[in-house]
Amino acid sequence: MRYLPLTENDRRAMREAIGIADVDELFASVPAGKLLTKLPDLPRAKSEMEVERELTTLAALNTAAGSVPFFVGCGAYKHHVPASVDHLIQRSEFLTSYTPYQPEITQGTLQVLFEFQTQVARLTGMKVANASMYDGSTGAAEAVLMAHRITRRKKAVLSGNLHPHYASVIKTLSHHGSAGVLALTAAPHGGEDIIAAIDDTASCVVVQYPDVFGHVQNLQPIADAAHKAGALLIVVVTEIVALGALKSPGEMGADIVAAEGQSIGNGLNFGGPYVGLFASRDKFVRQMPGRLCGETVDAEGRRGFVLTLSTREQHIRREKATSNICTNSGLCALAFTIHMTLLGEAGLRKLAALNHANACDLAERLSDIGGVEIITPAFFNEFTMRVRGDAQLVLDKLADAGVLGGVRASRLYGSNAGLDDLIIVANTEMNTDADRAAFTKALTDVMR
Amino acid sequence: MPMNTQGRPTQPGEATQSNAATFSGNSGLDHEEALIFEIGSANKSGVDLPEIPAHTQRLGGLERRAPIGLPGLSEPETMRHYVRLSRQNYAIDSGLYPLGSCTMKHNARLNEKMARLPGFGDLHPLQPQKTVQGALILMEMLAGYLMELTGMPAVALSPKAGAHGELCGMLAIKAAHDARVAREGGAKRSVVLVPESAHGTNPATAAFMGYSVRSIPARDDGTVAVDAVQAALSPDVAAIMLTNPNTCGLFEPEVVAIAQAVHDAGAYFYCDGANFNAIVGKVRPGDLGIDAMHINLHKTFSTPHGGGGPGSGPVVLSAALAPYAPLPFVIKEAAGYRLVEDITRESGEGRQPFGRLTAFHGQMGMFVRALTYMLSHGADGMRAASEDAVLNANYIRVGLRDLFSQPFGDRPCMHEVLFDDSWLKGTGITTLDFAKAMIDEGYHPMTMYFPLVVHGAMLIEPTESESKASLDQFIGTLGALASAAKSGDAQRFTEAPRFAPRRRLDETKAAREPRLVYTSPTSP
Repeated sequence: MRYLPLTENDRRAMREAIGIADVDELFASVPAGKLLTKLPDLPRAKSEMEVERELTTLAALNTAAGSVPFFVGCGAYKHHVPASVDHLIQRSEFLTSYTPYQPEITQGTLQVLFEFQTQVARLTGMKVANASMYDGSTGAAEAVLMAHRITRRKKAVLSGNLHPHYASVIKTLSHHGSAGVLALTAAPHGGEDIIAAIDDTASCVVVQYPDVFGHVQNLQPIADAAHKAGALLIVVVTEIVALGALKSPGEMGADIVAAEGQSIGNGLNFGGPYVGLFASRDKFVRQMPGRLCGETVDAEGRRGFVLTLSTREQHIRREKATSNICTNSGLCALAFTIHMTLLGEAGLRKLAALNHANACDLAERLSDIGGVEIITPAFFNEFTMRVRGDAQLVLDKLADAGVLGGVRASRLYGSNAGLDDLIIVANTEMNTDADRAAFTKALTDVMR
Repeated sequence: MPMNTQGRPTQPGEATQSNAATFSGNSGLDHEEALIFEIGSANKSGVDLPEIPAHTQRLGGLERRAPIGLPGLSEPETMRHYVRLSRQNYAIDSGLYPLGSCTMKHNARLNEKMARLPGFGDLHPLQPQKTVQGALILMEMLAGYLMELTGMPAVALSPKAGAHGELCGMLAIKAAHDARVAREGGAKRSVVLVPESAHGTNPATAAFMGYSVRSIPARDDGTVAVDAVQAALSPDVAAIMLTNPNTCGLFEPEVVAIAQAVHDAGAYFYCDGANFNAIVGKVRPGDLGIDAMHINLHKTFSTPHGGGGPGSGPVVLSAALAPYAPLPFVIKEAAGYRLVEDITRESGEGRQPFGRLTAFHGQMGMFVRALTYMLSHGADGMRAASEDAVLNANYIRVGLRDLFSQPFGDRPCMHEVLFDDSWLKGTGITTLDFAKAMIDEGYHPMTMYFPLVVHGAMLIEPTESESKASLDQFIGTLGALASAAKSGDAQRFTEAPRFAPRRRLDETKAAREPRLVYTSPTSP
């Protein structure tokens, strides 16, 4: 077995050194009858080429996003990842290192985390950011629990235009104890009156920006209303590239930002691993979940970095920790940081502008088709269209024509929500003019 | 000197200046590297993009105007910056990484290659299901392997890491209790039993869900006695969270009786599967009577740790808990595989999912890597890996037992061996000092000061990836260090590390004056 260095001779010599005749003597504590006498009912070891053949065959059953005109978004986005990003994250020293608990020999990872935290804080317009969460959705749930701790209240008000899967995660993780969630219904055209739902029992208001339908709105009035009621404003961002073109949540009064960072540096991966970005006002830092990297000095006075404020964390505080999170998304955070460094401010702004310009172009083309209406008043790179007929049928026909045309709202909201004719369409820098022409032609044919 | 609650010093002592000073601050192949905020600039970029087509903005008047403060670098500068930083990291690929309970085994590059096949890596979680049948088959295959290896009838794949898996298992347990109360009446259960030797995530998970934690003491031999569990059980106990093999590196000998007692009391048995690498193909947790167990794919099944994640923590479930598994899940139908995302519309088979743990379907990228590991090893290779892992740990135990002290006597361990610091008594050297001296010798330290039930704990897990020659060298080095410690050469330890990119770092200062983001020295 190519991964096991011990030879039979080694094993024999080691058993002798230990003073046993059979390795099973080391399993003597296993209760009687529970040590397996035969192998599990699974195939035997395979060579590298056999495994590669088997999995390549399986992969070929799937339609890769990059192989077709592709307009699917809703929380995960197909962006270009520079080749150097994937090379660097596969450096042995990054890929096969553990959590940096020994700072003297993990300054590489630690400095990257410090750069990551700074990039995330600046991009979201917040003062501090942590070293990452699993993904945007779990970060959003942790943000709600953090708001409960800060305000000592237990009700979260969720926008109806928050990604329904995010809303589900929040409900799942906060439906214990006496915590409550007030979730509004979807308002795909915009104009949701969330301010009316805020009262002085609310710990927080959770809004997505741009929202799941792609709509962008000024959050300042919501922030003002929340603060007046003693509640916090949590802003969820699922398309982080948008913040290269749009005002940051921090500029509009956000208290906590929970975002999905997949769009920068990370592939689609069928839903994971992704990277949760988590930022807040600095006065809340001791209520934050997750790891934090901080600057300090070594015994010779040289700058260095360590994991810090760990008295919030489970390995120190156990049942009094702010969260149970341990492993986070270190390597995905590294990919984010490298890609963001490659982009720089100018590159990010241009990338965002390109996404927006292409989306505007697509929206114009699609709105010219009979039976299609673009209903999103203001958007970044994703918008919602109403189609005549059933969205599921339309998407299926588009797929048959070789175009993956978006996500039907009813896949996220269920078929009882009255959103059966809505399709959410994303357009990134990866979509070419020809892609948009193919989409337009295919949809024209379908709607005919 | 400031100490934390485990007696671990958090601030370095006085150090002699290293005398090998250079003009640049660099030292041969090791480079000092500034932060991107000190070397990059806002108008420099390592990415070329096409020109922006003319368009009328539709951003609703919310255009970003203020500068963001994101420095950029060209591609060669970016490459050099991150390559230099990488060289300041210890890694499995460069040396033995004996972190107990972390299972730092070899990460095969085939696994990386397979995860990057466009047919896996370039799939969107919401693209039409008929276009992702191969991915759903892969998830079903992985589920099948995990169920066979654990002897359990169901598995939830979506948890993102071990602690997330704990949450999944405990939410399923809570849902089962809630369903019972709804069906039969009776009181809610509010207590979770957690042994003192548990990982910190266990009590944190229980508390996260609103349970109160009742601690169970370990007995003198480092294991949990069924009597102690019996004594702690009461009608308000919802579950026990027990790690097996436990964090002292021992298989719990009374685990079957403990499971029986827990079930008799109407509670469930959550098993922390962090140490599954000791028993793959040797013992099936399902045969021991557990109800739920997370499996750290990033430990046992070799998906890379990546400097702190991403992990993946699928949870196997007993028949009693299976109906409550979270959304989404894959089912097989006549027309093919289907991912069930919404139970109200597609319910069936008596499923009552407790909810949803993450936006999408879990760590697919890790599923591909873990399955690649499983296919490569096969049933025989996986069993051999566990046997080698246990053999390696015991070889270290025997190699060091005359110099180090074992808290629970001289007896076989599983895949990790635990020492305490009683052998260091009177030397003026702490576990931390010893660990830092290992760094100077080219080794990553073992897990220190954990489990908490042992004073100055040193938990060593070599994994199956180490050759005998590597183990002999490790034992030789640690033996030499131990002799040096006992012969009074304290300075070697208290001043260590001397040859790492940094000397000891001031954790107290970092916590007292937190600097969590970069601020320019010139900004106000």
